[in-house]
Amino acid sequence: MTLENRQALMDGIRDGTPIGLGYFVVGFSLGIVAKYVGLSPLQGFVISLLNNASAGEYAAFVVIGSDAPYLEIALMTLVANARYVLMSTVLSQKFSPDTPFYHRIFIGFAVTDELFGITIARGGRWLNPFYNYGAMLTALPGWSLGTACGIVAWYFFSEAAVSALSVALYGMFLAVIIPPARKDKIIGGAVVVSFLMSFLAESFFPEVSAGNRTIILTLIIAGAAAVLYPIKEGDNDTRH
Amino acid sequence: MTHDINIYILVASAVTLAIKILPLTLIRGEIKNVTVRSFLHYVPYVTLAVMTFPAIVHATQSPISGGLALVAGMAAAWFGASLFKVALLCCSVVFVTELFI
Repeated sequence: MTLENRQALMDGIRDGTPIGLGYFVVGFSLGIVAKYVGLSPLQGFVISLLNNASAGEYAAFVVIGSDAPYLEIALMTLVANARYVLMSTVLSQKFSPDTPFYHRIFIGFAVTDELFGITIARGGRWLNPFYNYGAMLTALPGWSLGTACGIVAWYFFSEAAVSALSVALYGMFLAVIIPPARKDKIIGGAVVVSFLMSFLAESFFPEVSAGNRTIILTLIIAGAAAVLYPIKEGDNDTRH
Repeated sequence: MTHDINIYILVASAVTLAIKILPLTLIRGEIKNVTVRSFLHYVPYVTLAVMTFPAIVHATQSPISGGLALVAGMAAAWFGASLFKVALLCCSVVFVTELFI
Protein backbone atom coordinates (compact mmCIF):
# COMPACT_ATOMS: atom_id res chain seq x y z
CA MET A 1 0.00 0.00 0.00
CA THR A 2 1.38 3.40 -0.93
CA LEU A 3 1.89 6.08 1.68
CA GLU A 4 -0.89 8.13 0.12
CA ASN A 5 -3.35 5.25 0.29
CA ARG A 6 -2.42 4.50 3.88
CA GLN A 7 -3.00 8.13 4.82
CA ALA A 8 -6.37 8.05 3.05
CA LEU A 9 -7.29 4.85 4.90
CA MET A 10 -6.40 6.42 8.26
CA ASP A 11 -8.35 9.59 7.41
CA GLY A 12 -11.33 7.43 6.52
CA ILE A 13 -11.11 5.45 9.75
CA ARG A 14 -11.03 8.73 11.70
CA ASP A 15 -13.94 10.35 9.83
CA GLY A 16 -16.00 7.17 9.88
CA THR A 17 -15.89 6.76 13.67
CA PRO A 18 -18.47 9.40 14.66
CA ILE A 19 -20.64 8.22 11.77
CA GLY A 20 -20.45 4.67 13.11
CA LEU A 21 -21.67 5.88 16.49
CA GLY A 22 -24.55 7.67 14.80
CA TYR A 23 -25.29 4.57 12.74
CA PHE A 24 -25.46 2.47 15.87
CA VAL A 25 -28.25 4.73 17.09
CA VAL A 26 -30.00 4.73 13.71
CA GLY A 27 -29.65 0.96 13.54
CA PHE A 28 -30.91 0.65 17.07
CA SER A 29 -34.03 2.70 16.29
CA LEU A 30 -34.57 0.64 13.14
CA GLY A 31 -34.16 -2.50 15.22
CA ILE A 32 -37.07 -1.48 17.40
CA VAL A 33 -39.30 -1.23 14.30
CA ALA A 34 -37.83 -4.44 12.88
CA LYS A 35 -38.66 -6.30 16.08
CA TYR A 36 -42.20 -4.97 15.89
CA VAL A 37 -42.75 -6.42 12.40
CA GLY A 38 -41.23 -9.75 13.36
CA LEU A 39 -37.57 -9.78 12.34
CA SER A 40 -35.10 -11.89 14.29
CA PRO A 41 -31.80 -10.30 15.41
CA LEU A 42 -30.01 -12.16 12.58
CA GLN A 43 -32.50 -10.96 9.98
CA GLY A 44 -32.13 -7.39 11.29
CA PHE A 45 -28.35 -7.72 11.10
CA VAL A 46 -28.49 -8.97 7.50
CA ILE A 47 -30.93 -6.40 6.13
CA SER A 48 -28.90 -3.57 7.66
CA LEU A 49 -25.60 -5.05 6.47
CA LEU A 50 -26.88 -5.16 2.88
CA ASN A 51 -28.95 -1.98 2.78
CA ASN A 52 -27.38 0.63 5.06
CA ALA A 53 -30.34 2.90 4.32
CA SER A 54 -32.52 4.29 7.08
CA ALA A 55 -35.46 5.47 4.98
CA GLY A 56 -35.20 2.42 2.72
CA GLU A 57 -35.17 -0.04 5.59
CA TYR A 58 -37.94 1.74 7.39
CA ALA A 59 -40.03 1.58 4.20
CA ALA A 60 -39.22 -2.12 3.91
CA PHE A 61 -40.35 -2.77 7.49
CA VAL A 62 -43.63 -1.01 6.83
CA VAL A 63 -44.25 -3.35 3.88
CA ILE A 64 -43.24 -6.43 5.87
CA GLY A 65 -45.57 -5.35 8.67
CA SER A 66 -48.51 -5.15 6.29
CA ASP A 67 -47.73 -8.53 4.70
CA ALA A 68 -47.96 -6.93 1.24
CA PRO A 69 -46.91 -8.53 -2.09
CA TYR A 70 -43.17 -8.83 -2.78
CA LEU A 71 -43.50 -6.36 -5.64
CA GLU A 72 -44.50 -3.67 -3.19
CA ILE A 73 -41.32 -3.99 -1.14
CA ALA A 74 -39.33 -3.65 -4.38
CA LEU A 75 -41.17 -0.45 -5.34
CA MET A 76 -41.05 1.04 -1.85
CA THR A 77 -37.32 0.36 -1.58
CA LEU A 78 -36.77 1.82 -5.04
CA VAL A 79 -38.57 5.05 -4.17
CA ALA A 80 -37.14 5.44 -0.67
CA ASN A 81 -33.60 4.93 -2.01
CA ALA A 82 -33.89 6.78 -5.32
CA ARG A 83 -31.63 9.57 -4.15
CA TYR A 84 -28.74 7.09 -4.15
CA VAL A 85 -29.01 6.98 -7.93
CA LEU A 86 -27.99 10.62 -7.89
CA MET A 87 -25.22 10.08 -5.35
CA SER A 88 -23.87 7.04 -7.18
CA THR A 89 -23.85 9.06 -10.41
CA VAL A 90 -21.96 11.88 -8.70
CA LEU A 91 -19.40 9.38 -7.41
CA SER A 92 -19.01 7.83 -10.88
CA GLN A 93 -17.54 11.18 -11.94
CA LYS A 94 -14.97 11.18 -9.17
CA PHE A 95 -13.15 8.02 -10.24
CA SER A 96 -9.91 8.71 -12.02
CA PRO A 97 -9.65 6.74 -15.29
CA ASP A 98 -6.81 4.58 -13.92
CA THR A 99 -8.70 3.34 -10.83
CA PRO A 100 -9.42 -0.41 -11.17
CA PHE A 101 -13.04 -1.26 -11.90
CA TYR A 102 -13.73 -3.41 -8.81
CA HIS A 103 -13.34 -0.35 -6.57
CA ARG A 104 -16.55 0.98 -8.09
CA ILE A 105 -18.50 -2.05 -6.91
CA PHE A 106 -17.19 -1.93 -3.35
CA ILE A 107 -17.76 1.80 -3.02
CA GLY A 108 -21.22 1.42 -4.56
CA PHE A 109 -22.00 -1.11 -1.85
CA ALA A 110 -21.47 1.56 0.80
CA VAL A 111 -23.20 4.60 -0.68
CA THR A 112 -24.92 6.19 2.31
CA ASP A 113 -25.86 9.82 2.90
CA GLU A 114 -23.02 10.31 5.37
CA LEU A 115 -20.26 8.40 3.57
CA PHE A 116 -21.23 10.24 0.41
CA GLY A 117 -21.15 13.50 2.37
CA ILE A 118 -17.64 13.01 3.74
CA THR A 119 -16.38 11.80 0.36
CA ILE A 120 -17.57 15.07 -1.16
CA ALA A 121 -16.32 17.08 1.82
CA ARG A 122 -12.82 15.60 1.41
CA GLY A 123 -12.69 17.28 -1.97
CA GLY A 124 -10.08 16.79 -4.66
CA ARG A 125 -10.78 16.01 -8.29
CA TRP A 126 -10.59 12.23 -7.80
CA LEU A 127 -11.64 10.20 -4.81
CA ASN A 128 -9.26 7.75 -3.18
CA PRO A 129 -11.09 4.43 -2.63
CA PHE A 130 -9.00 3.74 0.45
CA TYR A 131 -10.50 6.75 2.18
CA ASN A 132 -13.94 5.19 1.68
CA TYR A 133 -12.73 1.78 2.82
CA GLY A 134 -11.39 3.30 6.03
CA ALA A 135 -14.68 5.06 6.66
CA MET A 136 -16.63 1.87 5.88
CA LEU A 137 -14.56 -0.06 8.43
CA THR A 138 -15.60 2.17 11.32
CA ALA A 139 -18.99 3.42 10.09
CA LEU A 140 -20.80 0.40 8.69
CA PRO A 141 -20.61 -2.14 11.57
CA GLY A 142 -22.53 0.29 13.78
CA TRP A 143 -25.53 0.00 11.51
CA SER A 144 -25.99 -3.77 11.46
CA LEU A 145 -24.86 -4.25 15.07
CA GLY A 146 -27.19 -1.46 16.15
CA THR A 147 -30.13 -3.09 14.41
CA ALA A 148 -29.42 -6.45 16.03
CA CYS A 149 -29.04 -4.78 19.45
CA GLY A 150 -32.25 -2.81 18.95
CA ILE A 151 -34.08 -6.06 18.35
CA VAL A 152 -32.48 -7.83 21.30
CA ALA A 153 -32.82 -5.07 23.83
CA TRP A 154 -35.71 -2.70 23.55
CA TYR A 155 -34.82 -0.93 26.75
CA PHE A 156 -31.10 -0.49 26.17
CA PHE A 157 -31.32 3.30 26.26
CA SER A 158 -33.55 5.68 28.19
CA GLU A 159 -36.01 7.76 26.20
CA ALA A 160 -34.05 10.96 26.94
CA ALA A 161 -30.81 9.44 25.64
CA VAL A 162 -32.45 8.21 22.45
CA SER A 163 -33.96 11.64 21.86
CA ALA A 164 -30.56 13.33 22.28
CA LEU A 165 -28.71 10.80 20.11
CA SER A 166 -31.28 11.03 17.35
CA VAL A 167 -29.96 14.43 16.24
CA ALA A 168 -26.36 13.21 15.86
CA LEU A 169 -26.86 12.41 12.17
CA TYR A 170 -28.40 15.79 11.43
CA GLY A 171 -25.44 17.45 13.15
CA MET A 172 -23.18 15.59 10.75
CA PHE A 173 -25.23 16.72 7.77
CA LEU A 174 -24.88 20.32 8.96
CA ALA A 175 -21.12 19.91 9.33
CA VAL A 176 -21.01 18.81 5.67
CA ILE A 177 -23.23 21.47 4.09
CA ILE A 178 -22.67 24.63 6.16
CA PRO A 179 -18.94 25.31 5.54
CA PRO A 180 -19.27 25.21 1.71
CA ALA A 181 -22.51 27.22 2.02
CA ARG A 182 -20.51 29.91 3.82
CA LYS A 183 -17.77 29.93 1.18
CA ASP A 184 -19.97 29.78 -1.92
CA LYS A 185 -22.98 32.08 -2.28
CA ILE A 186 -24.80 29.80 -4.69
CA ILE A 187 -24.46 26.72 -2.51
CA GLY A 188 -25.51 28.89 0.45
CA GLY A 189 -28.57 30.06 -1.44
CA ALA A 190 -29.40 26.51 -2.48
CA VAL A 191 -29.22 25.36 1.15
CA VAL A 192 -31.51 28.17 2.34
CA VAL A 193 -34.01 27.46 -0.45
CA SER A 194 -33.82 23.74 0.37
CA PHE A 195 -34.63 24.33 4.05
CA LEU A 196 -37.49 26.62 3.14
CA MET A 197 -39.04 24.43 0.44
CA SER A 198 -38.62 21.30 2.54
CA PHE A 199 -40.53 22.99 5.34
CA LEU A 200 -43.26 24.26 3.00
CA ALA A 201 -43.57 20.91 1.23
CA GLU A 202 -43.98 19.10 4.52
CA SER A 203 -46.59 21.62 5.72
CA PHE A 204 -48.68 21.66 2.55
CA PHE A 205 -48.14 18.11 1.24
CA PRO A 206 -47.88 15.99 4.39
CA GLU A 207 -49.07 12.92 2.46
CA VAL A 208 -45.89 12.90 0.36
CA SER A 209 -43.34 10.68 2.09
CA ALA A 210 -40.04 12.10 3.33
CA GLY A 211 -38.20 10.01 0.72
CA ASN A 212 -40.26 11.31 -2.19
CA ARG A 213 -40.03 14.85 -0.88
CA THR A 214 -36.25 14.52 -0.91
CA ILE A 215 -36.24 13.23 -4.49
CA ILE A 216 -38.64 15.84 -5.88
CA LEU A 217 -37.05 18.83 -4.14
CA THR A 218 -33.54 17.69 -5.08
CA LEU A 219 -34.53 17.49 -8.75
CA ILE A 220 -36.21 20.91 -8.66
CA ILE A 221 -33.67 22.87 -6.61
CA ALA A 222 -30.43 21.35 -7.91
CA GLY A 223 -31.92 21.44 -11.42
CA ALA A 224 -32.77 25.14 -11.13
CA ALA A 225 -29.33 25.93 -9.69
CA ALA A 226 -27.65 24.04 -12.54
CA VAL A 227 -29.59 25.96 -15.19
CA LEU A 228 -29.26 29.38 -13.52
CA TYR A 229 -25.73 29.04 -12.19
CA PRO A 230 -23.78 26.50 -14.24
CA ILE A 231 -20.39 25.76 -12.72
CA LYS A 232 -17.33 27.03 -14.53
CA GLU A 233 -14.92 24.38 -15.74
CA GLY A 234 -12.47 23.56 -13.00
CA ASP A 235 -14.82 24.63 -10.23
CA ASN A 236 -15.27 21.05 -9.18
CA ASP A 237 -11.58 20.61 -8.47
CA THR A 238 -10.92 23.51 -6.18
CA ARG A 239 -14.14 24.40 -4.49
CA HIS A 240 -13.83 22.30 -1.36
CA MET B 1 -48.02 -13.74 7.81
CA THR B 2 -48.22 -15.50 4.44
CA HIS B 3 -45.01 -14.00 3.05
CA ASP B 4 -41.50 -15.09 3.95
CA ILE B 5 -39.49 -12.37 5.74
CA ASN B 6 -36.28 -13.74 4.22
CA ILE B 7 -37.62 -13.19 0.71
CA TYR B 8 -38.71 -9.68 1.64
CA ILE B 9 -35.17 -9.00 2.87
CA LEU B 10 -33.69 -10.48 -0.29
CA VAL B 11 -35.86 -8.36 -2.61
CA ALA B 12 -35.31 -5.12 -0.65
CA SER B 13 -31.54 -5.70 -0.52
CA ALA B 14 -31.29 -6.53 -4.23
CA VAL B 15 -33.12 -3.32 -5.16
CA THR B 16 -31.03 -1.16 -2.82
CA LEU B 17 -27.73 -2.58 -4.00
CA ALA B 18 -28.71 -2.25 -7.66
CA ILE B 19 -29.58 1.42 -7.10
CA LYS B 20 -26.27 2.11 -5.40
CA ILE B 21 -23.94 0.10 -7.62
CA LEU B 22 -25.36 0.31 -11.16
CA PRO B 23 -24.81 4.05 -11.83
CA LEU B 24 -21.26 3.80 -10.45
CA THR B 25 -20.39 0.87 -12.67
CA LEU B 26 -22.37 1.73 -15.82
CA ILE B 27 -21.29 5.37 -16.13
CA ARG B 28 -17.61 4.95 -16.91
CA GLY B 29 -16.70 8.03 -18.87
CA GLU B 30 -16.65 11.63 -17.79
CA ILE B 31 -19.92 13.52 -18.27
CA LYS B 32 -19.14 16.56 -20.45
CA ASN B 33 -22.51 18.33 -20.41
CA VAL B 34 -22.15 21.44 -18.23
CA THR B 35 -25.76 21.44 -17.04
CA VAL B 36 -25.55 17.81 -15.95
CA ARG B 37 -22.21 18.42 -14.24
CA SER B 38 -23.62 21.48 -12.49
CA PHE B 39 -26.68 19.54 -11.41
CA LEU B 40 -24.55 16.77 -9.91
CA HIS B 41 -22.41 19.40 -8.22
CA TYR B 42 -25.40 20.89 -6.39
CA VAL B 43 -27.21 17.62 -5.62
CA PRO B 44 -25.42 16.64 -2.41
CA TYR B 45 -25.90 19.97 -0.66
CA VAL B 46 -29.56 20.19 -1.61
CA THR B 47 -30.31 16.56 -0.69
CA LEU B 48 -28.65 16.81 2.72
CA ALA B 49 -30.33 20.17 3.43
CA VAL B 50 -33.77 18.82 2.52
CA MET B 51 -33.25 15.77 4.71
CA THR B 52 -32.04 17.82 7.68
CA PHE B 53 -34.82 20.35 7.97
CA PRO B 54 -37.49 20.08 9.23
CA ALA B 55 -36.69 16.42 10.11
CA ILE B 56 -34.30 17.45 12.92
CA VAL B 57 -37.16 19.28 14.64
CA HIS B 58 -39.33 16.14 14.61
CA ALA B 59 -36.59 13.75 15.68
CA THR B 60 -36.57 14.82 19.30
CA GLN B 61 -39.15 14.53 22.07
CA SER B 62 -39.84 18.25 21.82
CA PRO B 63 -39.58 20.46 18.72
CA ILE B 64 -37.92 23.13 20.88
CA SER B 65 -34.88 20.99 21.65
CA GLY B 66 -34.60 19.91 18.00
CA GLY B 67 -34.84 23.51 16.85
CA LEU B 68 -32.15 24.62 19.30
CA ALA B 69 -29.92 21.75 18.15
CA LEU B 70 -30.35 22.95 14.55
CA VAL B 71 -29.33 26.52 15.44
CA ALA B 72 -26.39 25.39 17.57
CA GLY B 73 -25.22 22.91 14.93
CA MET B 74 -25.40 25.49 12.13
CA ALA B 75 -23.46 28.02 14.21
CA ALA B 76 -20.76 25.51 15.14
CA ALA B 77 -20.42 24.29 11.54
CA TRP B 78 -20.31 27.91 10.31
CA PHE B 79 -17.29 28.54 12.52
CA GLY B 80 -15.58 25.39 11.31
CA ALA B 81 -16.21 22.78 14.03
CA SER B 82 -15.51 19.19 12.93
CA LEU B 83 -18.15 16.62 12.01
CA PHE B 84 -17.82 14.94 15.39
CA LYS B 85 -17.96 18.16 17.41
CA VAL B 86 -21.05 19.41 15.61
CA ALA B 87 -22.83 16.09 16.15
CA LEU B 88 -21.84 16.00 19.83
CA LEU B 89 -22.96 19.59 20.37
CA CYS B 90 -26.37 18.89 18.80
CA CYS B 91 -26.88 15.85 21.06
CA SER B 92 -25.81 17.80 24.17
CA VAL B 93 -28.14 20.69 23.37
CA VAL B 94 -31.09 18.29 23.06
CA PHE B 95 -30.20 16.41 26.23
CA VAL B 96 -29.78 19.54 28.35
CA THR B 97 -32.82 21.31 26.88
CA GLU B 98 -35.05 18.34 27.57
CA LEU B 99 -34.04 18.33 31.23
CA PHE B 100 -35.92 21.62 31.55
CA ILE B 101 -39.03 21.01 29.46
